[in-house]
Amino acid sequence: MIRFEAVTKAYADASPAVDDLTLEAPTGAITVLVGPSGCGKTTTLRMVNRMIEPTSGRITIDGVDTASMDPARLRRGIGYVIQHGGLFPHQTVERNIATVPLLLGWDRAKALSRARELIELVGLPAALGRRYPAALSGGQQQRVGVARALAADPPVMLMDEPFSAVDPVVRDQLQEEFLRLQSHLGKTILFVTHDIDEAIKLGDQVAVLRVGGRLAQLAPPAQLLAHPADDFVAGFVGRDRGYRALGFVAATLPVRPERTVALGSTVGAGEGWVLVVDDGRPLGWLDTARHPGPVDRSSLALGGTLASAGGSLRAALDAALSSPSGRGVVVDDEGRVVGTATPSDVIAAIEAQRAESAAGGGAP
Amino acid sequence: MTWALDHLGVIASLTWRHTLLAGIPLLLGLLVAIPLGWVAHRVPALAPVTIVGTGLLYTIPSLALFILMPLVLGTRILDPINVVVAMTVYTVALLVRTVVDGLRSVPADVDAAATAMGFGRFRRLWQVQLPLAIPVIAAGLRVAAVSNVSIVSIASLIGVAQLGSLLTDGYNRAIAGELLTGIVAALLLALVFDLVVVGTARLLTPWRSP
Repeated sequence: MIRFEAVTKAYADASPAVDDLTLEAPTGAITVLVGPSGCGKTTTLRMVNRMIEPTSGRITIDGVDTASMDPARLRRGIGYVIQHGGLFPHQTVERNIATVPLLLGWDRAKALSRARELIELVGLPAALGRRYPAALSGGQQQRVGVARALAADPPVMLMDEPFSAVDPVVRDQLQEEFLRLQSHLGKTILFVTHDIDEAIKLGDQVAVLRVGGRLAQLAPPAQLLAHPADDFVAGFVGRDRGYRALGFVAATLPVRPERTVALGSTVGAGEGWVLVVDDGRPLGWLDTARHPGPVDRSSLALGGTLASAGGSLRAALDAALSSPSGRGVVVDDEGRVVGTATPSDVIAAIEAQRAESAAGGGAP
Repeated sequence: MTWALDHLGVIASLTWRHTLLAGIPLLLGLLVAIPLGWVAHRVPALAPVTIVGTGLLYTIPSLALFILMPLVLGTRILDPINVVVAMTVYTVALLVRTVVDGLRSVPADVDAAATAMGFGRFRRLWQVQLPLAIPVIAAGLRVAAVSNVSIVSIASLIGVAQLGSLLTDGYNRAIAGELLTGIVAALLLALVFDLVVVGTARLLTPWRSP
């Protein structure tokens, strides 16, 4: 656990960068620091490994005051990932990843074999190990950055906007893999971002900081969306927060049975939209008014997004809204069609859920 | 041309002396400039003083510096050490700024990553900062190398023999071939120094050539 106790960082002739921050980042969880630029989130992060020394207050890791530790040794025990990866351009990928093990005095062969293990763990081809970072794409460099931070298996990781320099598709992929890795590794992670969506996606808890380094709210993502502490948090969390909050509510919706047809079967012109499947998996919707007769792959309209049976209300509502037939397709874990739900079905489920949580008195 | 062919032995020995008198100070100067540049880089308040202070050394006329050396060092007036030390001073004058520029050329995120991973300051200098500063330092070293080859020639005026001796002797005795040989040999040697610096820098930075 990382604990900030009344930590302040002040610079001469300027308002403080971090002001009286008290915060706990629990062991094995991801705590995201999010806020506009100038809110002191990077300063906060860098005070943990003493790249910046606090003006007052105390930071402890598992009860040990970091001020009492030798900075270089403290840092070797903390994984650190930054934007663009911060890789050493003059060293091969393998050698980059082996950095901290070598600083810790590991045998060279052991350090390099650990590096090769990590290249695999973060999903890179082994052949990249001998290349220099300049030969890698931005997303690959970012993966190497994560691998390098994990090399000596530190219990604590600091991540400073690690995914913000790559394009949205790659970012999404990196975030998914990061969550998958974390579910195995269970590191204590302090993660800085300016992107509230990233904070909500990755954080077990999210700390929203306001300009001047004051903590505005510390809460799990669902609570942040449902009950922002004040106007600043509400404004920062964004306009779609009501919709996005549904992402944290499991769907318990009545699924209607849906007739499905296979490719090659014949449909009549009066049947409206029919769902075409292959081995139970949805292929797309067919407008029988425009394409009566035998079902042909080329006449399918693109399907909407799919909701999974145990998924969130957000996914269910999106599936219903994006479906050309107005009926959102719900699938099971194997991807087979369970049935459909209309937007009004989902809205009804949202209202039922809201009534239930109001009756229970608890926050969602 | 015939003069050169008749005096190959002399030319070879003078070239060798010229190489040592210009080359050894180049290496010594680099060794001195690295710590000075590093301190100037680490303590920004010291940077202007260090850079301007060492840079000013370059404005001392070489003949004056050669003559001053025995007084400062307590050496004999004809000792080649005088020339080696004076040339080292010139090299330092040129290279301190170069080393500071080189260290400043290290990307800030790479430097921050090195610190965050627990490099001590010396290990960071040796394993991260200096290797990444090589291209900039090499550029400054090329200037210093050529400058050294040129300035050393003056040492013939205080009786330390090297290729410059061909110029003084050729001038005094009005031997055109000897003068020409001295000029061409110094030019070629400067070119060789330049190639050695460029080649070494390339060998030390394999990551820059894909």
